[in-house]
Amino acid sequence: MLNVSGLACSRGERRLFADVGFSLAAGEWLHVQGENGAGKTSLMRLLVGLSPADAGEIRWRDEPTPSPEFRRELIYLGHHAAVKEDLTPLENLRLAAALDGIALDERASLAALIRLGLRGREDLPVCVLSAGQKRRVLLARLLTRPALLWVLDEAFNALDAPAVKLLGELIAEHLSAGGMAILTSHQALPVPGGKALVL
Amino acid sequence: MRQSVIHWFRFASPQSFYPLAGRMIPWFWAATAAFGIAGLWISFFVAPTDAQQGEGYRIIFIHVPASWMSMFLYLVMAFWAGLGLALNTRLSGMMAQALAPTGALMAALSLWTGALWGKPMWGAWWVWDARLTSELLLLFLYLGFMALQAAIDDPRRADKAGAILALVGVVNIPIIYFSVKWWNTLHQGSTINLTKAPSMAQTMLWGMLLMALCFWMYSIAVALTRVRAIILERERHTEWVKHALE
Amino acid sequence: MNALLATVRRDLLLALRRKSEVLTAVFFFVIVTSLFPLGIGPEPVLLKKIAPGILWVAALLATLLGLPRLFAADHVDGTLEQMVLSPSPLGLLVAGKILAHWLLCGLPLVLLAPVLGLQFDLDASALVILTLALLLGTPLLSLIGAIGAALTLGVRGGGVLLALLVLPLYIPALIFGAGAVEAHIAGLGAGGHLSLLAAMLALAVFFAPWATTAALRIALE
Repeated sequence: MLNVSGLACSRGERRLFADVGFSLAAGEWLHVQGENGAGKTSLMRLLVGLSPADAGEIRWRDEPTPSPEFRRELIYLGHHAAVKEDLTPLENLRLAAALDGIALDERASLAALIRLGLRGREDLPVCVLSAGQKRRVLLARLLTRPALLWVLDEAFNALDAPAVKLLGELIAEHLSAGGMAILTSHQALPVPGGKALVL
Repeated sequence: MRQSVIHWFRFASPQSFYPLAGRMIPWFWAATAAFGIAGLWISFFVAPTDAQQGEGYRIIFIHVPASWMSMFLYLVMAFWAGLGLALNTRLSGMMAQALAPTGALMAALSLWTGALWGKPMWGAWWVWDARLTSELLLLFLYLGFMALQAAIDDPRRADKAGAILALVGVVNIPIIYFSVKWWNTLHQGSTINLTKAPSMAQTMLWGMLLMALCFWMYSIAVALTRVRAIILERERHTEWVKHALE
Repeated sequence: MNALLATVRRDLLLALRRKSEVLTAVFFFVIVTSLFPLGIGPEPVLLKKIAPGILWVAALLATLLGLPRLFAADHVDGTLEQMVLSPSPLGLLVAGKILAHWLLCGLPLVLLAPVLGLQFDLDASALVILTLALLLGTPLLSLIGAIGAALTLGVRGGGVLLALLVLPLYIPALIFGAGAVEAHIAGLGAGGHLSLLAAMLALAVFFAPWATTAALRIALE
């Protein structure tokens, strides 16, 4: 489904990586590893189409990316919280869905928040939540936004042990339903299987 | 045909353009000097003294070519910027960046000489004449372009952002020009027109044309020198620059 | 189209939670226009003559005040990235943000202008023309300003740079906007000015979101 070949990227004068290639099929996931500054985040931004590659090709369903079709089946959660501090978790989820052109009723969004352990927090402004809880609000989008490919950059950061376990379960469910995932992390991930890519 | 296509793209790379520009620069300087000497000779010694304006009018031999070049250079700059945006060639952005200071210089020169001309003719250093006002705005556009490029650290991003600004500017220049002109006619009625001096003598036109050619050649020479410096700066880590500087 | 409306709704809701930011620009507009009579003197004939220009320049600066915030907050917290990656066309989302900016920073000026015009002894028909001109002109300011805001996103000294980039591009709007009122007062009729403003607005509605989108993609690279 996802075929990447010959990818190269440099930041300023420095060559971060060159000739990166891999492919993912339904149910597979990729663990991108590397030291700080190796270019993990740059690779992720390149894969989702936020920045252009110096060289190489990314194909999704044998079509070159980025395309609207690719974006429809992609969800990318990066370093940023990407939630609005002045809005409640519920408003954040529903407005994000509306921007993406997805109808999302209140029950489904509540269910997602409860699954992420935010019961009772759904009507508080996000700015009073802790960093880990903000992260959970963002992760709730994995449940409310149907997507085939999950690209999660350092998604396990700032999460406590139960949340790490929960995210592991979510990813495993996603994979067993035929989804794909690309994850970056320094540590071992609580997800079985997976290809490894070391930058 | 195919041969020529290959040639074009060969010189689109900074590495091969650098020596080519180096070989071209002396020729453009020579042309600048030749046109300049001829143009100045006509402007000072051949062109007759103007019946109404006396000797002071001779400043238009600098003023008019500078105004022409300031507008023309913006178009050329926007052309290179657009090309860089469309084809993603590195050299185009460098060309646009190299042209901007010369364009700004021309606009400033045009304003300065306009003020010098205006003092004896209109009795004021500055009048809100439509042409002078548009020239001032053009100078602002140049300064904005240069400021934006200078403020962005990553040269590739600076090139692209500058390109968008240059293209937006090029769409806006005619609108700005006509709005200023309209504003001017509404507010002042007819003013003395700078370029349509009554029955311009043939020799005056020649003087102006020669001076315009001189400025043109100067702009090319300076822009090429500047683009060489930009190439060296941006490619300083590559092997060929290290060899070129040895 | 739904995505556009959703963006407008989101930005309005955000502004509602943080009212002070919007009110600052409006207060600025009121205070600046009120400063001029204090600086120039209360002579009605003179004030009436310079009123259109003052109100328009103040509107220009007030719009400029809100521009740096147009994309900056979304850029910092990462929601802008999500917009770029959204299945909805980025152009629509950007258009929605510009529309919201106008509703928050432009429309209040249009509504306040007749009141402030009274300070300058403008008669009723001149006030109508002033309001109409601002109604056509302020969206134009938001649209052009958005390009500048996107170009200077995340750039050092972005706010000052934004003014340098955008103000020269605002001049046609200023000339025709203020000119409409002046022409009306002089008895020449404001139709020509207003239709030119409308034409420029139509042009900007097509091109500005597009240019803004391109600039945003570059800023996020």
